[in-house]
Amino acid sequence: MKKQTIDTRPAGPKPWYDPRVRSLFFQAIAIALVFWGGWILVDNTLSNMESRGISTGFGFLGETAGFGIIMNLVPYDATMSYGRTFWVGLTNTLLVSAMGVVAATILGFIIGVARLSSNWLVAKMALVYIEVIRNIPLLLQIFFWYFAVLSNLPSPRQSVDVGGALFLNNRGLYLPDPVTQEGFGIVWGGILLAIAAVVGIRIWAKKRQLATGQIFPTFKVGVAILVLVPIISYLVAGRPLEWDLPALRGFNFGGGITIIPELAALWIALSLYTASFIAEIVRSGILSVSKGQTEASKALGLPNGLTLRLVVIPQAMRVIIPPLTSQYLNLVKNSSLATAIGYPDLVAVFMGTTLNQTGQAVEVVAITMAVYLTISLLISLFMNIYNRAVAIKER
Amino acid sequence: MRKTKSIALGIALAVGTFSATGAMAATTLENVKEKGHLQCGVTSGLPGFSQPDEKGNWTGIDVDTCRAVAAAIFGDANAVEFTPLTAKERFTALQSGEIDMLSRNTTWTLTRDASLGLNFAGVNYYDGQGFLINKGIGVDDATQLDGATICIQAGTTTELNLSDYFRAKGMEFKPIVFDTSEQTVQGFAAGRCDVLTSDRSQLAALRSKLSDPSSAKILPNTISKEPLGPVVRQGDDQWFNIVKWVLSVQINAEELGVTSANADDMLKSDNPNIQRLLGTDGDMGAKLGLPDDFGYQAVKLVGNYGEMYDRNVGPDTPLGLDRGINALWTEGGIMYAPPVR
Repeated sequence: MKKQTIDTRPAGPKPWYDPRVRSLFFQAIAIALVFWGGWILVDNTLSNMESRGISTGFGFLGETAGFGIIMNLVPYDATMSYGRTFWVGLTNTLLVSAMGVVAATILGFIIGVARLSSNWLVAKMALVYIEVIRNIPLLLQIFFWYFAVLSNLPSPRQSVDVGGALFLNNRGLYLPDPVTQEGFGIVWGGILLAIAAVVGIRIWAKKRQLATGQIFPTFKVGVAILVLVPIISYLVAGRPLEWDLPALRGFNFGGGITIIPELAALWIALSLYTASFIAEIVRSGILSVSKGQTEASKALGLPNGLTLRLVVIPQAMRVIIPPLTSQYLNLVKNSSLATAIGYPDLVAVFMGTTLNQTGQAVEVVAITMAVYLTISLLISLFMNIYNRAVAIKER
Repeated sequence: MRKTKSIALGIALAVGTFSATGAMAATTLENVKEKGHLQCGVTSGLPGFSQPDEKGNWTGIDVDTCRAVAAAIFGDANAVEFTPLTAKERFTALQSGEIDMLSRNTTWTLTRDASLGLNFAGVNYYDGQGFLINKGIGVDDATQLDGATICIQAGTTTELNLSDYFRAKGMEFKPIVFDTSEQTVQGFAAGRCDVLTSDRSQLAALRSKLSDPSSAKILPNTISKEPLGPVVRQGDDQWFNIVKWVLSVQINAEELGVTSANADDMLKSDNPNIQRLLGTDGDMGAKLGLPDDFGYQAVKLVGNYGEMYDRNVGPDTPLGLDRGINALWTEGGIMYAPPVR
């Protein structure tokens, strides 16, 4: 008996006519080409560098660096390794970036709001600030603050002296360094207690407002607690804090904490420059909130400040955050201009001195690029998470 | 932008080596001849060593070292193009093939010679590191510099020597590292640091750039050996020999009394040493792959070593540096070149 099988499926096209197979095929070829190109590039670079007698590999990171760095947040001296110079440079970059992001954000929001002020003078001053600062190249602004402003401070021996504890001269700002003594744990406890209390009060106040509509002055009470509780615990513990005062030793100041002018110049320039862009972003965000929202809020009897804080800004944030992320990324990358004024950031220390002393350009440049990429991607990640939190929730 | 340039150089190195399989086949000499000029890396402006004037003409002892090589190859001391480089950029520029030779007051050290894929082709100036101080700090010896703030140029041996010196003496210092020597002087002039450190030959030049040179003085201490000379890529021995022997010919020419002024008369000399030097006897040039009169061209068009020294850094120039150890070995110095034979 003959067995008959009947194929009920429609006869599909031949594989080489099938669009899905075709697209997969070409995508596979494209990926293979990219990887092959990358492999050729790496392999050729390595073998050619070897044939030219150029050292390769990352062994140099363990060798003794042997040069000094003026500012280090992680312990460093010349006997440590090149790998350690990387961390010194990285922490210096992160410090100035973080300081810049905070200052630029605060200043940018203030100026952005001022730009829309109904007060003619305030609005015009904000306009002039934005147009002047954002239209001058950042490098020139850094030079201006470093060579024109901070260099003109008096020399160490003619320092500006504030109460024998704080000194300002062309080598930096010298502050007393707090040295904790035995029993300072009580003060830490006080600080933690104060923070916990403020958080508790905030939650309670919100609940009460929802239940009764009464508003509790959370902000004023919070500040009072944060200031008073640590002070009281400090006194109770018997003042367990001594100050290491800066003093003129030889021809420079020693002791205390030093903020070097390179850091100050870079920080000021980066903050002012980025703030001018953030101000425009804030303005665009506020203007994107329809006028009806403001009018509705006024109709409910909310004062100007509360209208801005509770109605306008939360809606404006949706427009503000994506371009704000770009500004943060720009600020971090612009911080590499530090090398022009001798601030020891990652580019100046690691891609400068370390690269030059070891001569391993490919490795050092690759590491440095990877670091900036990582920092930028992390900032993007966190800003995207924040963006999702404030975005319109569609239910 | 410095950073952009370094990255560009890094990429150029990666991509350059990528395509180097083809380029490696041609020797540096062939490449230079094909281009019709020598590409020479120099400083971005250091009086006496390499500095452009207002018309863009480069002068200096390092510049003349390049010009002599060009004269030896082309019979034309102007067949050179100069690439100004910062200390940080110089080795990458040479490794990536952007320049044919580096003549940028570069110190010869073991690490640079052995791990950068480069060869040092001799010494055209024996230098040492010193200190320029602001007179106001009242110091007259380097051992009194404990706690000083010191301006340095990035990417130099100076950074390491300084650290070594202070560590050995158990003293502390604060380094301010600038990218170019102009910025270093600016930082010193602005009072950001008490001390500027660099090779001694440069200190005099840098001091002359200050608005009030008398406010600063050079300390007597020399804390390191800095033999400065031209550098070439490793792996092209012919080119290495050319650069090495052009410099040697200039030093030998001084020893034999051959100058740019009397080179033509010296062609008739009976002295076999001079005959070999100027190419009237033997085939010294052919051995290097150069015309036989390469020595004549180099000396005639650029001068012997002494002329080069006197013209650029000698006592009659703004730098006013005595020959000191850079005098010929026959005159109490250590400038000594192997014989041309």
